[in-house]
Amino acid sequence: MDTSILKAVNAERRARRPVAVITHLAEGRCQLIREGDAAPTGLHEAVASAFRTGKSVLVEADGQSLFLNVHLPPPRLVVIGAVHISQALALIAQIAGFDVEIVDPRTAFATADRFPNLSLHAEWPEQYLADAPLDPFTAVAAVTHDPKIDDLPIKAALDTGCFYVGALGSRKTHASRVKRLLESGASEEQIARISAPIGLDIGASSPAEIAVAIIADIVRALRTRGLPAEPG
Amino acid sequence: MHTTIDEAPDALTAAEVWLGEGRKVALATVIETWGSAPRPVGSQLVIDSDGNFLGSVSGGCVEGAVITEAQDVIAENQPRILEFGVADETAWRVGLSCGGRIRVYVERLS
Repeated sequence: MDTSILKAVNAERRARRPVAVITHLAEGRCQLIREGDAAPTGLHEAVASAFRTGKSVLVEADGQSLFLNVHLPPPRLVVIGAVHISQALALIAQIAGFDVEIVDPRTAFATADRFPNLSLHAEWPEQYLADAPLDPFTAVAAVTHDPKIDDLPIKAALDTGCFYVGALGSRKTHASRVKRLLESGASEEQIARISAPIGLDIGASSPAEIAVAIIADIVRALRTRGLPAEPG
Repeated sequence: MHTTIDEAPDALTAAEVWLGEGRKVALATVIETWGSAPRPVGSQLVIDSDGNFLGSVSGGCVEGAVITEAQDVIAENQPRILEFGVADETAWRVGLSCGGRIRVYVERLS
């Protein structure tokens, strides 16, 4: 791999854009591929699959061994609401390898005492998102229960195609949320993507247990990326 | 750069920095695994001509051998493919105690 390709790969990774390098193992020749670029002949499926799953793979094409190394951005979790559940969720998510951001305009909640050593934003989601736009490799968990805070980032996450959109609240709360989102232009298909009630159903009760259920839900969404989970 | 418990630190970022400092650098990449390999396909290790390294291609089992081979790759500027597994005679020294096998592509960056 020459320096120009290495620099380009690193630039794409810093910008949180998916990128792949195809190496012709016999010749040592390399080629950079961005998501959506035309893949070389015979590699369309392998390239598409690598971008979808994030799995790098050795492929044989035209009698040549090619290695397809794909780099997807590290997953990020934006938690809307600096509540009790978020305190546990932020820690668990960091351990699971996520970059975590906490957003809550209520300064009584968003304090460094409650969220030590975490990236905390005591501002409205609208302001936060203007500075740090969502992307498909970001999960959004809205847990304030307050439509004034939760609704806008939920809609933004659906419009961006975030790989996970979860919203805390009872079925009744969610039903009124759905009504508001539809009125603000969300499609039925988008609504179906919202994980609500949030988290896998593991009978979670305490805030920390609910955090476990949420992170499990998020990991499943990340690893299946819209496909059914593999058994086992 | 983002780091996680199983992904820190980042070999490709280090490779760019090291090349910028004028160091001679090789990159090792896991291209194939069988059985219970410790690091997934695509895992990378960057090595310089002084034997400094960053990243990983296994749980520490074969890094030493890869670093040694990387010196030849840097000197000859010819990529090579290394294979490690418990079937190796050297299993106790550089094999994978987990029972897996891996193939590692080593190339010079220039």
